[in-house]
Amino acid sequence: MLHIVSQYLRESALQYPGHPAFADNRITLTYMDALTEAEKIAFYMVSQGLFKKPVAVMMDKCARTVTAFLGIAMSGNYYSVIDDKMPQNRIEKILDTLEPELILIDKKNRKKAESLPGNKVIYEDLMEQVLTARDRQRVADAESRIIDTDILYVLFTSGSTGVPKGVIITHRSVIDYTEWVGETFGLNHNTVIGSQAPFYFDNSVLDIYSTIRNGGMLHVIPPMFYAFPIRLLEYIRDHKINTIFWVPTVLSRVADLNLLDKCDIDCLNRVLFAGEVMPARQLNMWIKRLPDATFANLYGPTEITVDCTYYIVDREIKDNESVPIGHACMNTDILVLNEKNELVGVNEKGELCVRGSSLSLGYYNNPEKTADAFVQNPLNKLYHELIYRTGDMVHYNERGEIIYDGRKDSQVKHTGHRIELGEIEMAVSAHPSVSSNCCLHEQVKDQLVLFYVGDIEENEIRKYLAEIVPEYMLPNICHKLMQMPLNLNGKIDRVKLKEQL
Amino acid sequence: MNEQILAMLKELRPEFDFSDSDDFVIDGLLDSFDIISLVSMLEEKYNIKVDGLDIIPENFSSIDTMIALVQKSGGII
Repeated sequence: MLHIVSQYLRESALQYPGHPAFADNRITLTYMDALTEAEKIAFYMVSQGLFKKPVAVMMDKCARTVTAFLGIAMSGNYYSVIDDKMPQNRIEKILDTLEPELILIDKKNRKKAESLPGNKVIYEDLMEQVLTARDRQRVADAESRIIDTDILYVLFTSGSTGVPKGVIITHRSVIDYTEWVGETFGLNHNTVIGSQAPFYFDNSVLDIYSTIRNGGMLHVIPPMFYAFPIRLLEYIRDHKINTIFWVPTVLSRVADLNLLDKCDIDCLNRVLFAGEVMPARQLNMWIKRLPDATFANLYGPTEITVDCTYYIVDREIKDNESVPIGHACMNTDILVLNEKNELVGVNEKGELCVRGSSLSLGYYNNPEKTADAFVQNPLNKLYHELIYRTGDMVHYNERGEIIYDGRKDSQVKHTGHRIELGEIEMAVSAHPSVSSNCCLHEQVKDQLVLFYVGDIEENEIRKYLAEIVPEYMLPNICHKLMQMPLNLNGKIDRVKLKEQL
Repeated sequence: MNEQILAMLKELRPEFDFSDSDDFVIDGLLDSFDIISLVSMLEEKYNIKVDGLDIIPENFSSIDTMIALVQKSGGII
């Protein structure tokens, strides 16, 4: 029975030593290479006497960085990814909270890291070490002390107050999630994943751990390719990538540029997406292009180890319909609670709450925020049991599938009506000339403001909406934008849009 | 050097000196979000629609290649 993630790597290295594990546009590491590199990282941590300590990683998004994570995990310590493109003050805030024992950097980031406080260790220097059998044994000894509820990583999300919150995730949570992914999507050693998500975004957890669980291969696609969608499709074709787990924005962009027919991507047979709402219209363009592939909508906040619900597309979804977020993943229980903390019935809206092994241990170094979000299960009066309140509003449809309605805080009171901003956005996104949109509520003047990108004028979009939504849901102002501001994860940046109100 | 395109680049990345670079993409002056923004800016400014197949690194390596891209897309520059 596996209980920590480094065992995935050891087992795959035993079974498929020469099989490629991680690749980018420069190098390919076999499972044996990956294990050797991870052991060197682990040995350094062990030799410094570090165990159950935080390590910050500030390295490029490339194949080697994956072995750095695995090495840290193998040594019994935990990692937190620092994106070198983040503003300096955000990096400093994260380091303040994390208080890492050391910062692992690559040579390229040496200059950028100079001004940061704390010990810096260069990855390339650690690769110079030559380990003896005794050194390896010391690593194995440390590894044998790790238990499944030890921390694997701390992932910082943007807090609404501007102070990033570090979500704590354990080995146990990642193993349960990874087992579920492997079984549900039938992954094996022939699986070739093309990663889109940056390593500080938890979609990458599926990419990395599903790969090593199954002895498959991970292509760490360089971030620059995402600017050039046709190059992205060519990358899929040239490297025979068969599985992707991307954010809807990227999938939509490829579809909107009419590129799906311009490249032979028939090797793709699993298209998974999560992180924001996938518009059905662009999803249908993908399905038309790859009719035999599995398409799945996954849902989950960072606090629940990547995903807690999923929907495998099993029927035609109309362009103006929501793609369901579906059902609970394995070892996860979803409670949809109304304002009185009761379970809701069909078509009744409530907040999605979760219990299960996927739950984060809370926010790092932040007991107050932890106590706010991770609360006693209100349905359990007998013993201590935590659930996580997501702040996401959902309902069950007639088929028993969960449908996402929007953020609890995007439910607004407008001219006396309770309105779900997500419903307006859904209606707008069904218009064939709109590529993306976002609706906000301006409280002072009580106005609904729609921002959109598309080949349609403001009065036309209003006219179109007037036929679909009730009058009280019609935006007071429509702003056509040249482009949507995106945050570092590639999602629509609502904070930036709010500044324009 | 085309002043309008230079102004767009400066708006996206005020911290860089674009006259120093032979290739904006290879030199890392523009990241993937910048390219996405730049496509929209060129489309708006020159009233063109850039073909998806033309959104490739070679067309964004210098101001000259961007001028050629605008012209290829039917814009007057």
